[in-house]
Amino acid sequence: MEVSMTVNGRAVSADVEPRTLLVHFLRENLRLTGTHVGCETGYCGACTVHVDGKAVKSCTMLAVQAEGADVKTIESLASNGNLHPVQEGFWERHGLQCGFCTPGMIMASVALLDENNNPSEDEIRHGIEGNLCRCTGYHNIVRAVEYAGAKMRGEEPPPPDWEGGE
Amino acid sequence: MATTSVMGGSVRRREDPALIQGMGTYVDDLQPTGVLQVAFMRSPVARAKITSLDTSKAKEMPGVAAIYTHEDVAHLGPLLAQVQIGKLRPLLADGEVNHMGEAIAMVVAENRYQAQDAAEAIDVEFDVVKPIIDLKEAASDAAKVHDELDSNILHTWTYHGYWDALGLEDQTPQVDAAMERDDAVVVSLEMKNQRLIPVAIEPRSVMAEYNPGYGRFTVHSSTQVPHALGGAISKTFGMIASDVRVIAPEVGGGFGSKLNVYNDEILAAFAAKDLGRPVKWTETRREAASSTIHGRGWVGTATIVGTKDGEFLGYKLHALADMGAYSQNFTVAIPLLGLWIASGQYKMPVSWTVDCVVTNTMTTDAYRGAGRPEAIYYLERIIDAYAREIGMDPFEVRKKNFWQPDEFPALMGCGFALDSGDYASNVDKLMEKADYAGLLRMRDQARDEGRLVGVGVGSYVEVCGFGPAVLAEIGFSWSEYGLPASFNGSGLVRVNPDATVTVVIGTGPSGQGHETTWAQIVGDGLGIPVDKVRVLHGDTREHPMGIGTFGSRSVAVDGAATYEATLKVREKAAKIAAHLLEASATDIVFENGGAHVAGSPAPRVEWEAIAKAAYQAHTSPEDVESGLEAHTSFSPGNATWPFGSHIALVEVDPDTGNVELLRYVGVDDCGNEINPMIVNGQIHGGIAQGVGQAMFEDAVYDSDGNLLTGSLLDYPLPTAADLPSFELDRTVTPTDVNPMGVKGVGEAGTIGTAHTIVNAVVDALEPLGVKHVDMPLRPKRVWQAIQEARG
Repeated sequence: MEVSMTVNGRAVSADVEPRTLLVHFLRENLRLTGTHVGCETGYCGACTVHVDGKAVKSCTMLAVQAEGADVKTIESLASNGNLHPVQEGFWERHGLQCGFCTPGMIMASVALLDENNNPSEDEIRHGIEGNLCRCTGYHNIVRAVEYAGAKMRGEEPPPPDWEGGE
Repeated sequence: MATTSVMGGSVRRREDPALIQGMGTYVDDLQPTGVLQVAFMRSPVARAKITSLDTSKAKEMPGVAAIYTHEDVAHLGPLLAQVQIGKLRPLLADGEVNHMGEAIAMVVAENRYQAQDAAEAIDVEFDVVKPIIDLKEAASDAAKVHDELDSNILHTWTYHGYWDALGLEDQTPQVDAAMERDDAVVVSLEMKNQRLIPVAIEPRSVMAEYNPGYGRFTVHSSTQVPHALGGAISKTFGMIASDVRVIAPEVGGGFGSKLNVYNDEILAAFAAKDLGRPVKWTETRREAASSTIHGRGWVGTATIVGTKDGEFLGYKLHALADMGAYSQNFTVAIPLLGLWIASGQYKMPVSWTVDCVVTNTMTTDAYRGAGRPEAIYYLERIIDAYAREIGMDPFEVRKKNFWQPDEFPALMGCGFALDSGDYASNVDKLMEKADYAGLLRMRDQARDEGRLVGVGVGSYVEVCGFGPAVLAEIGFSWSEYGLPASFNGSGLVRVNPDATVTVVIGTGPSGQGHETTWAQIVGDGLGIPVDKVRVLHGDTREHPMGIGTFGSRSVAVDGAATYEATLKVREKAAKIAAHLLEASATDIVFENGGAHVAGSPAPRVEWEAIAKAAYQAHTSPEDVESGLEAHTSFSPGNATWPFGSHIALVEVDPDTGNVELLRYVGVDDCGNEINPMIVNGQIHGGIAQGVGQAMFEDAVYDSDGNLLTGSLLDYPLPTAADLPSFELDRTVTPTDVNPMGVKGVGEAGTIGTAHTIVNAVVDALEPLGVKHVDMPLRPKRVWQAIQEARG
């Protein structure tokens, strides 16, 4: 089947098997391998991308369902060599270890902050509970999102909590 | 801003820029021209004879390149294992299956969809046999799992008898005699330490290529042990190790699950050679659940005997540990890691017996902590129960029985000595940080209001830094994979002609930040900025020897080796600098990217000039060989023994049994720290996995051997919404086992947590008279405990 969509601002089209998952289309046809597959059941969130501005788990969607859609992946987030505040937050606050859940976690966090750039810790935790991380215990992911929120509000982020104990 | 200082500084990770932009390379990202994809046909039943296996129809399916069954690979033998006790896994099922998910046939096709279609088209018929799943039933030997083995008990580990050469005393009579004392208080509980699925978020993946012209394999694998895999492939195919290059690129979490050499890795190599094309396999999450190793899986009875005023007189454990159907890598040796810390931080006689039992389930092996969380769980839970029995504060009981600071090194009954520790000070710091007294007041007030609030405490000591060369005598080595027969550390430091530094290490990180930590070690040692240091790992062609990353060993052993190599390079560089400065080498100091004579900052020679001189004979001193590099192996004389103590605050909803974790406070001691930011991160993740075991995770087989928890819907991991922010601090008790005084921290959080949570929930339920609830403490189980207690 022929499928056409916009991915990271570029028009793309391809002939795919109807059963091709969006995540496989992104990874294997377009070679955008930053979007990861962790569970194929929509539970872990490693495959999170934005479809028409909403965070979507791309392993739960067929490529053909994204016909005509505007898709954004982790590769589109930094612009002109400048990291997105969420990417910067993950780096500054050690919000990642193995990095495998990270692209999905960042895309989910961006969607969260796009809706509310001043979330409470509880709102952050519930906002990303659809994305699993096995390395960080989420502690520093929450700090990373707090950092990014502050940056997006034009405020100074809180200092890291590993300095001088917590 | 994170600092850019070096040793002891929270340097931002060098790994991160690629990873946060989706540009890190994991194995499944590789897609070389002509790559074929693998799908396995796996057993849907736990135990059966295979009465017919017909792949002819499947072979005609679109895109299929080959389908292999046991006959095709029988000549390669079973999967190599380091500890060869029990039945080794056939690469593909040999006429019978022994656990659900066992690989029966391997399909290689043009793409993953076609491979899966063909796997489903294979005709197989089974003569199903009743499986043996229950541990106690298996241990009774009423029926055997493998006819060719004498017993379902593959091996029994005892505290005194595990290593004959040590001539250790059997302390069982001491423990038994203590129980007969008039003033003895004996507390005993049967407890489960349930089977877990490691669930690295990156599924395992392998991509093998073979070039017949060069006669070489190149294998990319998501592994913690690239050198062991290279050794296994070279041995299996009768090749020299140099002709097998194994690369572990970014590895998306491991936690022990990628510390095995797996049959799929050997089979991918076989198929790549047979078909002359690259062959890739990436497990599905369901396969990860059924066919990648599991951890834990113990049931046992812990008994402690002490006086009424809190003095421990002895400890006894008898447990059954589930090995699964086939032995891989270290399977049967895992409980031995628990044995070494059987007595915890306490001075008392120990009688400890763990039977290793085979069942019709997936193999168990090292999962974060590996034997140590189990051992500490039983010990720390029974200490908690004992403290309740005699009505003493659980921290007070612990402090009364700790080894004292002046008793280190403290020789334990298992023959090893705890290297260093100040356990009571560690507890004191935690009590102050958490405001323990305030927590207890809050709990009591809540109890008065009829709420179920609990404060749980726990301590732990672990054994890390594998390892001491003597362990090779009892099989703790990679000798079966053809590597040097001990777990020495290895580090190569090379100052390049442009004064940048290349560091090559034999570790296999999966998120631990080695590229940053090692840059700090070397940069600090040479006075070269960390951004000029590049750290290479995970490629057998780059490094002569690598043990891999597991057992919290990397910094304590390979880091120490790298540190010593750094010192050697510095010594040589000092000679060159002295030559250039016309000074004495013993007076040279390095700082800020250059060298000068101590006490006189000028004249000064930059590293650029030193490096250049080292590579051109006419500018280097006559007695100094050209080049500027050193490789060092490091063999520690002892393991390291990190420790710590934790406090959990929980509230239980009496109507639903739901447990809410309100606070989690930990004071850990891993000796000196190189990067506190990374150390914090390791402890955070470890705690989360400990909470996972305590509250959520449970790998369940039904009595027919069906794995009921094969997806993340059935096997819940902690989410961000389930956990609080963690409150951490540290005490620092350096070790003298290695020159940096570091102990290791990868598993600390996990080893310290599960019992702390359970102790907290039991504390919350104490007013109801509940003595114990087995993990995981999901609402239904806790609710049932409440109902039973209320009669």
